[in-house]
Amino acid sequence: MAKISINKKTYETDADPSTPLLWVIRDDIGLTGTKFGCGIAQCGACTVHVDGEPRRSCITPLSTVAGKEITTIEGLSENSDHPLQKAWVEADVPQCGYCQSGQIMAAAGLLKKTKNPTDAEIDAAMNGIICRCGTYNRIRAAIKQAAINGGK
Amino acid sequence: MKNSIDRRSFLKASLTAGGALLVTFSMPNGSRASEKFAIEPALPDFQPNAFIRIAKDGKVTVIVGQAEMGQGVLTSLPMIIADELEVEWANVSYEIAPAAAAFANPLLGTQATGGSSSVRAFFGPLRKSAATVREMLVSAAAQTWGVSADACKAENGKVLHVASGKSVNYGDLLEAAAKIAPSANPKLKDPKDFKFIGKGIKRLDTPEKVNGKAVFGLDVRLPGMLYATVQRSPVLGGKVKSFDDAAAKAVKGVRNVIQLESGIGVVADSYFAARRGRQALKIVWDEGKMATVSSESILADYIDAEQKEKGLVAKTVGDAEAAKPKAAKTIEATYFAPFLAHATMEPMNFTADVRADGADMWGGSQIQLVVKNQIAKAVGLAPEKVNVHTTLLGGGFGRRVGVDYVIDSALLSKAVGKPVKVVWTREDDVQNDFHRPATYNKLSAGIGVDGKPIFWHHRIVNPSIMAGLAPTVFGFPFPDGQLDDSSYEGAHNLPYQIPNLQVEWVRKETGVPIGFWRSVGSSHTAYTVECFLDELAAAAGKDPLEYRLSLLEKNSRHAGVLKLAAEKAGWATKPAEGIFRGIAVAESFGSFVAQVAEVSVGKDGAVKVHRVVCAVDCGQVVNPDTIAAQMEGSIVMGLTAALYGEITLKGGRIQQGNFNNYKMLRMSEVPRIETYILPSNEPHGGVGEPGTPPIAPAVVNAIFAATGKRIRTLPIRL
Repeated sequence: MAKISINKKTYETDADPSTPLLWVIRDDIGLTGTKFGCGIAQCGACTVHVDGEPRRSCITPLSTVAGKEITTIEGLSENSDHPLQKAWVEADVPQCGYCQSGQIMAAAGLLKKTKNPTDAEIDAAMNGIICRCGTYNRIRAAIKQAAINGGK
Repeated sequence: MKNSIDRRSFLKASLTAGGALLVTFSMPNGSRASEKFAIEPALPDFQPNAFIRIAKDGKVTVIVGQAEMGQGVLTSLPMIIADELEVEWANVSYEIAPAAAAFANPLLGTQATGGSSSVRAFFGPLRKSAATVREMLVSAAAQTWGVSADACKAENGKVLHVASGKSVNYGDLLEAAAKIAPSANPKLKDPKDFKFIGKGIKRLDTPEKVNGKAVFGLDVRLPGMLYATVQRSPVLGGKVKSFDDAAAKAVKGVRNVIQLESGIGVVADSYFAARRGRQALKIVWDEGKMATVSSESILADYIDAEQKEKGLVAKTVGDAEAAKPKAAKTIEATYFAPFLAHATMEPMNFTADVRADGADMWGGSQIQLVVKNQIAKAVGLAPEKVNVHTTLLGGGFGRRVGVDYVIDSALLSKAVGKPVKVVWTREDDVQNDFHRPATYNKLSAGIGVDGKPIFWHHRIVNPSIMAGLAPTVFGFPFPDGQLDDSSYEGAHNLPYQIPNLQVEWVRKETGVPIGFWRSVGSSHTAYTVECFLDELAAAAGKDPLEYRLSLLEKNSRHAGVLKLAAEKAGWATKPAEGIFRGIAVAESFGSFVAQVAEVSVGKDGAVKVHRVVCAVDCGQVVNPDTIAAQMEGSIVMGLTAALYGEITLKGGRIQQGNFNNYKMLRMSEVPRIETYILPSNEPHGGVGEPGTPPIAPAVVNAIFAATGKRIRTLPIRL
């Protein structure tokens, strides 16, 4: 039994220590907001925070997150009111929506460190997250709006 | 409800157990059923096709039978109902419908989401249905008050008696309204009074898509559910010859290893265990006849077929052959567009609970009724025993017009007697797609001394999408010698005035599974014809915009969007240093889209698209924000294909598998996109796909402006 802390709650899991965190979060814990897109850290749909840093959960073995705090999209805010979530709604960013948890978690990692990111900083932080629906320009606009609204 | 509904009983109202007013409505079916989806058995004259539910608290639920795959249908269809029903938008919500004939798409003849058809198909019927319900509510109030219905009006979820000012909430009228005979010819609102239609209403599904609560197929969880993965043949069409599952079964958590027609399924307690079990399988494959097929052999077959086979005539105007000698200048070219995978962000998956007494199926599908019927057949149940629970789709683009992944889950659930969720890997998804067909084109055209075309001869070589999908998915035959416009649409209906035109289709099958890919035939024909037309403009020494306009009817919708895009892009002014412009226009799914691309080409040949100006005439507008979003998304998808998209084969194996070698456009590569909607009173056109066709030719034409080089093979390589 391994203990794992997700969104400030402690869970026990008997998953194999080599299991990617993604599947522990989704299938064992039942938090399905974090998505599977590629399994090889190419698309970023699985992005969560590990001790506040954006991390690809699809290639992060369970054994490496012991004692660390994991945050998923479900834990980003109490009432879906993180400045990024509000900006996402305001800009009507999502289309199919499947990648958006990863997009928002990556953007949240960016705004934590960089209060008013430049376009280049947004590119650098967000280039790893694929959106097949092509919502990139709205994502960029929403990140800037959230920054203006004091997002962190 | 039986099939005996006639035109007069257009609506049937009833109170549900909970006291909500449930109205089902029907409409003539099949009259415009697209050949592409004209499935049998033919639906009877009338079928109820959608539902409105009004609760006692006045809340209105619109039950949407169209699949939401990003195109905004969970908002656009409720907008239509809410407007005509006269309710407050804050009281409107959606519910995803089950698979049922009641939700058949009148343009497609079955419950299906494709062909950019949702608003086009449902605008009229939904308005009429909502108007009928509104009239019933008004009549109910009028009867209660003992006044004439004409003295009352509906507004914001209430019926108002105008003279006295008294009003009653819809929710308080449900029982009385259920007793009112519905009118077959309700009075529709004057469009000038629309409150929602035509306005940029925010999507109803956004809130749940920013907090992780949205449920896609992958997110379905059932008690006692097991997880599965299927190893398919690495060579297309290959079959299992023999296999050794001892090591797979030894993996902790693996429960069953099951041979299917499609490959070897591994069922386990967790998805990770299933994947590990699959890795431990030892399978000997009968690779079959595709083992010698490569991209090169397919292209050689195409070229050979073009040279040897006459093909079918898709369109003839005048006599192109006879006109050939009259040309002052003849231009010839060949164009090639590759196979493409859809690569929806959500890999194929489905969850099945197949029992002796019935089956429940959860997941994303663009063809829910086909799923219902095919699963029934696959597991040996009557269709009415199969329930399909549609989730949100993590992208569709035509890929989820397929039942392969659904059948995996049903067969495995049946075999193990438990609910099973099958999840394809990304590699499974890319390598077992129904790809956009690769297409080879041979074109020749002649221009006169005035530069205008005298003849245009276009020969298109590719396989038939319908020949593959008609019998397997839709259940009707596709005889040899039949035309399939999904192979050449956009090429045979050129808008330009060309006195002698011949478009021929040489059908050449490849063995590679193919299907509908966003904008279907137009995804490659627009590239071919709009680039070749640009070649003619250059040969004539004309500006590409002026040349196009000179060949179009002055007031045509093609000309309208071309002029709007050119004006907004500043076509008449010189672009910034190092920036070059290209333009293209295409009609697809009833909408007209022109795009101007601003491109630079680096010394190393790197193509950078800086800005795309998009003008669209999609007829009457329901939600302009959705239209802009769909244009943006279509452009990104088309640009991804133009710059990177290519599925290739070697030894019958698809060589791409994941996003490392099937590249997607990323944030830093996306141009600024401006969308302008041309005001129009024309009937609705589609918006999900028509933004895709013009982007590749606009970019390629800009590259010509920049370098003098014609890109006649996609993806773009300089």
